[in-house]
Amino acid sequence: MTTHYLILSGLLFAIGAIGVLTRRNAIVVFMCVELMLNACNLAFVTFARQVGNLEGQIIAFFVMVVAAAEVVVGLAIIVTIFRTRRSASVDDVNLLKY
Amino acid sequence: MESPAEIIQHTAGGAIGLSWLMIVLPLLGALILLVLNRRTDRWGHLLGVAMSLASFVVAVLAFVELLGLGEAERRQAVHLYEFIPGMVDMGLLIDPLSISFALLITGVGSLIHIYSIGYMSHDPDRRRFFAYLNLFVAAMLLLVLSDNYVGLFIGWEGVGLASYLLIGFWQFKPSAAVAAKKAFVVNRVGDLGLLVGMFIVWTSFGTLAFADLGTKVGTASDGTLTAIGLLFLLGACGKSAQLPLQSWLLDAMEGPTPVSALIHAATMVTAGVYLVVRSGGFFFPEGSPQALAVAIVGAATLLAGAIIGCAKDDIKKGLAGSTMSQIGYMMLGAGLGPVGYAFAIGHLITHGFFKANMFLGAGSVMHGMNDEVNMRKYGGLRKHMPITFVTFLVGYLAIIGFPLLSGYFTKDGIIETAVHHQPVLGWLAVLGAGLTGFYMSRMVFMTFFGEKRWDKDAHPHESPAVMTWPLIILSIGSLFLGGYLILSNRLMLWLSPAVGRPEVLPEFHFLSTPGLATLGLVAVGAAFAWMRYGRATVPVVAPRGSFLTTFARRDLYGDAINESLLMRPGQWLTRFAVYFDNRGIDGLVNGLAAGIGGSSGRLRRLQTGFARTYALSILIGAALVTGALLLVGNI
Repeated sequence: MTTHYLILSGLLFAIGAIGVLTRRNAIVVFMCVELMLNACNLAFVTFARQVGNLEGQIIAFFVMVVAAAEVVVGLAIIVTIFRTRRSASVDDVNLLKY
Repeated sequence: MESPAEIIQHTAGGAIGLSWLMIVLPLLGALILLVLNRRTDRWGHLLGVAMSLASFVVAVLAFVELLGLGEAERRQAVHLYEFIPGMVDMGLLIDPLSISFALLITGVGSLIHIYSIGYMSHDPDRRRFFAYLNLFVAAMLLLVLSDNYVGLFIGWEGVGLASYLLIGFWQFKPSAAVAAKKAFVVNRVGDLGLLVGMFIVWTSFGTLAFADLGTKVGTASDGTLTAIGLLFLLGACGKSAQLPLQSWLLDAMEGPTPVSALIHAATMVTAGVYLVVRSGGFFFPEGSPQALAVAIVGAATLLAGAIIGCAKDDIKKGLAGSTMSQIGYMMLGAGLGPVGYAFAIGHLITHGFFKANMFLGAGSVMHGMNDEVNMRKYGGLRKHMPITFVTFLVGYLAIIGFPLLSGYFTKDGIIETAVHHQPVLGWLAVLGAGLTGFYMSRMVFMTFFGEKRWDKDAHPHESPAVMTWPLIILSIGSLFLGGYLILSNRLMLWLSPAVGRPEVLPEFHFLSTPGLATLGLVAVGAAFAWMRYGRATVPVVAPRGSFLTTFARRDLYGDAINESLLMRPGQWLTRFAVYFDNRGIDGLVNGLAAGIGGSSGRLRRLQTGFARTYALSILIGAALVTGALLLVGNI
């Protein structure tokens, strides 16, 4: 019965991962990361329901809090980079290398 | 045989109690001259002479005081201070043997100091020269006066240092610098022998003092004594330029001539004989293999030195070969045991006089001939340098053993004793005496007789009085000293408290078979030299000569042997070590570093700076970890 939820979760995770790997726009990459996190959340909640306790649900809340914090910091960085370099492409931010 | 007297602790003061002044005064002189440096340039040489003379006065006073004591009391130990607690007490041993050496060192040393005032008068570094001479006198006195082997060894190294500094005195000449280094290195080989011998003495007997060794030596096995004796012989060979460590002495003639006279003829090179005679009662018992080894080394060297002397055109190198040969005689005498000690020491003392006399005479000739040393460019000098000629002639007659002169008595004593105890070696010594007659006559004829073969700008003249007076005094010693010491066994009786004496005192035979044979051979040698170098014209450029002449000119190939046996293999070894270090060890370390550097340089390229590449690798990594966990089945 929970199989459909898990398949949905896997599909969402895969879409997110492919988005992170293929898209250049930092905002879109960011949204894809959020998609992967939420896919995880769905998996957690599904398993919690299957096992019959609340631990997975609690962890889903933790993930949301962390995601919110991450959005704050991540968006701030993206806006700062856009202001200095006039670009939101992740490929342009490549100064830190060998 | 009668054994030596007991060593008594000296308590009363007097000259014997003050004998440490003998060492301290010249040492002080050397220190003042070296520390105050150029400020003493004007009076430095006078201070050097004064210190040496003061030391001589103390030696004479101690000698007189010793003469006043009974025979059983003539070995006085003067305690100075505790040097190494529980091991070595520094002290002096004043006995007939050491005081004889002290008189020779300070007496002849002072004469040579005085001579050097004149000889070195044109040298801007005369003060430094006198500082080193004083240093030498102090070290040599410590060597002979010390009452233990440690003090002896310190003096031994001290004279080695002074010898090194003085051979290389004109260090701007590469040949002098090389000769000094050679003397130092060859002497280290001998010193190692002495040092290891001392180690064995210490572990076997627990003492290094002469006073204690006398009673303890009986407890050791013959093998131990032989080992110590042979190691000490190695030390003596190094210092006294005996085979096989003879090669440094001929090169040592690069030093100023007074140095050759004092250090490389009269005193330092006889330290080996002193060591053997001083240790004789302990480690060289009569008839032991090590004593025989001493005699054999002496006989071999006396022939080798004489052969070298026959072919040298450099007057100083000729004399150096002669010195080797005469010290060979002393070693031969010292190897015969108490019967030979007195003759060995007697020959040592008279040799100190006549050889110093001839070296200084050679110096006087060089002084007048613009420092020319090649005898082929001398000739006919007797009219121009009468005093030098007469004194040199006295030394010459003394060394070839002209009847009734010094060398006649002492050398004949050694030869007769040797013929009596070791016939083969004794007759070799007779042969050596004949060679002595040849090479010394050759030297005199080439230098003072015949036609002039001088360089154009040579103006030979007699040396100043400050140089001729020491020559005159030394030649008087060369005339009479030998007869005085040997006739009625004066020296043997005088030395007997220190070294013992044979049961039956030898008598001096004027007409013995070996004595007559020696005289005959010397006459033949001198006549041959007259035919070749007196009557015939001497070519200015040396002729090629036979195989034997080349053999002698090349110092019996001593240098060639050292070079091929020791120097070349040593150089190969160092070259291999350098190669191995550069290629082997450095290669390993450098290669490792280069490998790590190169691979990290390639690994660095993975950091591309593209965030999406990192994301991909994180994803692949996560997938791999997950896959691995699934495979293990641990989930």
